[in-house]
Amino acid sequence: MQEKSISELAAGLRAGEFSSAELTRFYLDRISQHDEKLNSYITVTEEAALAAAESADARLKSGDADLLTGIPVANKDIFCTNGVKSSCGSRMLDNFIAPYDAGVISRLKGAGAVLLGKTNMDEFAMGSSNETSYYGPVRNPWDTELVPGGSSGGSAAAVAAGLCVAATGTDTGGSIRQPAALCGITGLKPTYGRVSRFGMIAFASSLDQGGPMTRSAEDAAIMLQSMAGFDERDSTSAQEAVPNYLADIDADLKGLKIGLPKEYFDEGLSPEVAASIQEAIDFYRQQGAEIIDISLPNSALSVPVYYVVAPAECSSNLARFDGVRFGHRCDDPKDLEDLYKRSRGEGFGAEVKRRILIGTYALSAGYYDAYYLKAQQIRHLISDDFAKAFEQVDVIMGPTAPTTAFGLGEKADDPVSMYLSDIYTIAVNLAGLPGMSVPVRPADGKPVGLQIIGNYFQEAKLLNVAHRLQQETEWHKARPATFA
Amino acid sequence: MSLERSDVEKIAHLARLAVSENELDNVASDLSNILDLVEQMNAVNTDGVTPMAHPLHMSQRLRDDAVTEDNQRDHFQGVAPATENGLYLVPKVIE
Repeated sequence: MQEKSISELAAGLRAGEFSSAELTRFYLDRISQHDEKLNSYITVTEEAALAAAESADARLKSGDADLLTGIPVANKDIFCTNGVKSSCGSRMLDNFIAPYDAGVISRLKGAGAVLLGKTNMDEFAMGSSNETSYYGPVRNPWDTELVPGGSSGGSAAAVAAGLCVAATGTDTGGSIRQPAALCGITGLKPTYGRVSRFGMIAFASSLDQGGPMTRSAEDAAIMLQSMAGFDERDSTSAQEAVPNYLADIDADLKGLKIGLPKEYFDEGLSPEVAASIQEAIDFYRQQGAEIIDISLPNSALSVPVYYVVAPAECSSNLARFDGVRFGHRCDDPKDLEDLYKRSRGEGFGAEVKRRILIGTYALSAGYYDAYYLKAQQIRHLISDDFAKAFEQVDVIMGPTAPTTAFGLGEKADDPVSMYLSDIYTIAVNLAGLPGMSVPVRPADGKPVGLQIIGNYFQEAKLLNVAHRLQQETEWHKARPATFA
Repeated sequence: MSLERSDVEKIAHLARLAVSENELDNVASDLSNILDLVEQMNAVNTDGVTPMAHPLHMSQRLRDDAVTEDNQRDHFQGVAPATENGLYLVPKVIE
C-alpha cells in the first residue's frame, strides 16, 4: 500500500477498493510502528486526521473531489496549522498553538487532503542535517546512523520510509532538495513567490519558498498543483497563472538543451556521486537531449553571500520572538531588557543564536556596506550568471549535494563545514529560480540526488524532465528495507 | 576577521540575546570562522553593480488602504504569556 502513487490511491479511493479512513488508519499505524526509529514527526494529529478522512470519504462519494482528496500528507512544522502546535523545531515555539492556517495548509485542506501531522526540522529551518531541532535529530531511513539532511529532514525521512504519501517542505538554501537527495526522494523548490509564504514561519524572507517532497515527479506535480498560486496575504506572492502541471509531464525530451556547469563538477564533488550523476546525464543524452558545457563563474561565492543575506534577514525576522506576545518567556524577569534577553537566550538553540548574531553584526552601524550591500551586489552577479546560461540551455543539471548522507554528529561541531554541504543548492535560492532533486543510482547503498534547475516559472518543464527519467528507470522506486 | 569576547557581548546586546559567560569564547570563535568564509566576497570587484533587491526584480504590490481583517484580539492573545484587559503584560518600564 505505501508504494502506491497519489494517482493510484486516488483511483483506488474512487473505485471503492479502500476508504480514506482506512488509508489514514494504515498510515497512522505505520507512524506508531516505525517513527520511534526515525523521529520524523513532532506532532501526529490522529483525531483531526481521522475526522478529515471521514469528510474526504463523503466528498469522494459526492463526486466533487480533487486528486488529493483523502490522501494522507504531512507538513513541515514551519507551517502554522490552526489549533495545532507549530513549533518550527524550536523551544521558543514549543508552547505555540497556531491561531490560524498558513496559505499552504488552507490549500491542502481545501483540496481535501488528510493532514497526518507536523514533521521534524532543523530549528527555524537553520541547518543541513536536522540535528539542530529542539526535538532531537531525525535519522535517515536508509541507515539510522546517518543524517537525513535538512532542514526539511523530517518530511524527507517520513516520505522515504512510507510514513505519509507526500509531504511539504521549505527551501531557503537547499532545505527541500538536499534532504530529498540524502533520503532518496523527489523534492521541488518552486520559483520564489510561486507558493504562498503566508503563515510559513519566516527565516530569510527573500529566499524562503515552500514546495512538495514526494516519491515521484508525478506526485510532486499533483502536490504543487494544490500548493501553488497567488495569495494576497503574502506581499511577494507571484501573480503568474498556474499551469496544469500534469498536462505535459510526459512530453518527449528530444532536442532538450541541458547545461552542465563546470563549477558543479569540481574537486569538492565525491567521485561516487559524480559517477551516478554522469549515468543520469547519459540517460538524457540517449533520450535525444543535447548536453552543453556551461559556466556559472560566480557560483563559488554563493555560500559566503548566503551567510550574509540569510543571517541578516533572520536577525530581523526573529526579532519578533520577544517573550511578550507568544512563544517562550523566561521566569521572573527583573526588567524588560532581562525579559527579552533571557527569553531569547533560553528559547533559541546554538545555531539560531549564531545566525542572529552574524546577521546583527552584518547589519550594524559601519558594517552594512561591507557585508549586506556587498552580498546583495554579488547576488546580482550570481543571478546574471543563470540568466546568461538560460539564453543557451533549457535546464541546468548537476549534483544536489557534494556527498551522500554523512554521519550523525560528523559535522555538528563545525558550522562552516556544515554550510558547505549546500554548495550546489544555495545559488538557486539567491537567484529565486526553481530547482528539483530526483533520485539517481545510489552510491554504496546511499541515495544520490540529481539536481535540475529551470528558468523562472518553469516548474512544469522540471517535472517533465524528472518524470521522463522516472518512467524509464527504477531509481526512484528504491525503498529502505527496514521500512518495507 | 577575528571577533573578541567583548565584540560578541556587544553584538548580543544589540540582538537582545543572552549569551552566557562560558559560551562567549566558543561563540567568538564560531562567528570568526563564519566571517572568514564571508571574507571571500572581498575578492570580487562590485563597482557599479546594482544590489539585488528582489529575485524577480518586482516592485512592491500595493493594495487599497482599507480594513480587511476582523478584530481577533482575544483569539490571538490566547497564545500570549501574560495579558490583562486586552493588554500584553511586561515588567514595569517606568519607575
